[in-house]
Amino acid sequence: MAQRVGIIGFGQTYHRSHRDDVNGVELINEAVRAALEDAGLTIDDIDAVVIGNMDHFEAVNYVDTWSVDGSGAWMKPLIKLTTGGTTGSTLGIAGYHHAASGLFDVVLVIGWEKNSESDTTGAIITCSDPIFDRFSFSGALPGLAVEASAYIKRYGIKEEDAARVAVRDRAHGANNPYAQLQTPVTIEEVMQSPMLSWPIKLLDICPRSDGAAAVIFAGERKARQLCSQPAWVHYTAVRHSHTYFGDVDYTRLHTLEAAVQELYHHMGIKEPLKELDVVELYQPYSFAGLKWIEAMGLCKPGESPRLIWDGVTDMGGELPFNPSGGVICTNCIGATGLLRIGEAALQVMDRAIGRQVPDVNLALATGFGGAYWSDLMLLGKKPW
Amino acid sequence: MTDIAIVGMAQTPYRRRRDDANFAELIYGVTCEALDDAGLEIGDIDNFITVSNDFWDGRTISSMAVQDACGSSFDGGRNVSTVEGDGTFGLLYGMMRILSGAYQTTLVVVHCKGSEGNMRLITNGMFDYIYTRPLGIEATGAAALQARRYMDKYKLTEEDFAHVSIKNRGNALRNPNAQLAETLSLDQVMASKPIASPLKLHDISPISDGAAAVVLAHRNVANKLGRKPVWVKGIAHCSEAHFLGDRDLAEAPALRDAAFRAYQMAGIEDPFAEIDLVELYDAYSYMEPLWFEELGFCPKGKGAELIRLGATAFDGPLPVNPSGGVLSAHAVLVAGLARVIEASLQIRGEAGERQVEGPVELALAHGINGPCGQSHCVVILGE
Repeated sequence: MAQRVGIIGFGQTYHRSHRDDVNGVELINEAVRAALEDAGLTIDDIDAVVIGNMDHFEAVNYVDTWSVDGSGAWMKPLIKLTTGGTTGSTLGIAGYHHAASGLFDVVLVIGWEKNSESDTTGAIITCSDPIFDRFSFSGALPGLAVEASAYIKRYGIKEEDAARVAVRDRAHGANNPYAQLQTPVTIEEVMQSPMLSWPIKLLDICPRSDGAAAVIFAGERKARQLCSQPAWVHYTAVRHSHTYFGDVDYTRLHTLEAAVQELYHHMGIKEPLKELDVVELYQPYSFAGLKWIEAMGLCKPGESPRLIWDGVTDMGGELPFNPSGGVICTNCIGATGLLRIGEAALQVMDRAIGRQVPDVNLALATGFGGAYWSDLMLLGKKPW
Repeated sequence: MTDIAIVGMAQTPYRRRRDDANFAELIYGVTCEALDDAGLEIGDIDNFITVSNDFWDGRTISSMAVQDACGSSFDGGRNVSTVEGDGTFGLLYGMMRILSGAYQTTLVVVHCKGSEGNMRLITNGMFDYIYTRPLGIEATGAAALQARRYMDKYKLTEEDFAHVSIKNRGNALRNPNAQLAETLSLDQVMASKPIASPLKLHDISPISDGAAAVVLAHRNVANKLGRKPVWVKGIAHCSEAHFLGDRDLAEAPALRDAAFRAYQMAGIEDPFAEIDLVELYDAYSYMEPLWFEELGFCPKGKGAELIRLGATAFDGPLPVNPSGGVLSAHAVLVAGLARVIEASLQIRGEAGERQVEGPVELALAHGINGPCGQSHCVVILGE
């Protein structure tokens, strides 16, 4: 029987550019132990395990079966999902459906990546169609640079506007002991950082991280029994549409627009800026922090710089974004989307130490990846 | 018993090399056919599961190659997710998303083109890169260790396993989708080229290209469609330890556990008496008796004897792999969903020349992940 679902535990590793002290299985285990401790559970309490990453980064095939010693999935139902950048959000959504289906009560969801062992761009290149797309859209940067250029041209946005987004997230990251980058930066530092692919500069874009995240989902009865304040899952929405980068309309992020419209419609949200309390946006680079909040309907197209400069999305603002520092401070790819969900859950549970937004009732976590795909999970203080 | 039914299905013929179609073209074909089979249109589908593997496809985010083709981009985009593992696991996750109340219908698609990869390198990649991968071990080498341990523990012979190949390749003669269909003699199997002792060429499944699709629907939808639904009566999955040295390869406790829970869900007490037909994942000949025993159809070590006596023959009391099984066509990932489709066709009575005699009211389909069947999914299907 279908049941309501809450998040009852979250654990993450200390994310770094190189975690030479652990191998992949140990990295996974670090997050799993942290999540179990957070929820006050042992591995025996877990009914099913969901895990994912992007295979080509670590060059391990069948990561689900390979990592059993670290994940604790020995003699448990185990499944692997992977969808590129959206892997982490895909995993969280799978954890929700595992429990919501009524087939399992307590579900452990793990996302991880050890980017230091990979050639990240070399691996990402192969997602493009080998005949039509690979020569032009090779790796993560080119598509994002096209998106940012198109956005600048259309709305007269300045590079400094994007730099302000990076400054915000880096300032927030300084509050998060788990973040890879914990030093604040200035507009000038962002503007003077090395150009990677115009208009994207080094400090506009996420790092590559080693890290893992584990989130524990539970059906309503168990969630109430095991946790005084679960983060209840209100809704999920997903748009993984295109195959070819050449088909993407770079002037808008249609997948995010469609997903939020589905979510707002279903939840009866009319003024997201007022009704949402915090957002963990999968924002891999600074320009997304402008354009994508327009896709989310927080303001009209081209008007996002005003919100950003006015501090509306800063800690203490009307709708804080990325209290954790977000993707610009930490990007262990297969974990990144799940970190958004875990951090959003902490906000709802009032347990985001050092980075807590006051009085969070509704928190939105997003995922981004593939050919400009979008995932959403809305969490709330009360079951919906 | 669940509220989920299979209402549409399609699979390609399995061939050694499909150089006439890329991943998307294979998926587009089975998507259209499965929707036709269900009497539904793409707009009726509100949830998609794609199943693929980045190593086999040689592409990262391998699901990206088939998003357009399966229709997930229809009408501005639909809810979709991707499972990396056997197709039975994709079916399971598709079911969960309906059972959660989020969706009414689900299209599950799976593809693999073994012809475009190097099986030994790809399956070497599933072993631990520090301790076992440098040994050069891959799927067949690991399977040989399992076959040897199984023979040793239960006093079985290579001839015992040869009878599985003879049966399944013979069954494949009735299946136009099979890649290897042939009448084999015991001498032929025994004299076939040694690959990894005790496994010989005819003990081993082929490398195949192919795709499959299944349409799932909630009871509310399934009962309104013209076709006879095939109900998922039970389903369960389980994984055991990874390092081969941590396992007794002659045992499959994960399969035992998954079968127990699937039977419980389906209300099955005596599987041999109640189940009419089995399609299981026989990637190597020895796997059929080994899995058959762990599924509780006979005591441990007795599976081979039952096969030799004809109990699992096409016209036996409990036909196993009447389609020819994985030994006759092995598009990795696809093969588990193909088992589900074959079992469902038998329940519908639409298996053509390979339809077994007598009604098939309850059937079992099975898929595996990881080396030597580390992880299993058991599906019970019924009228």
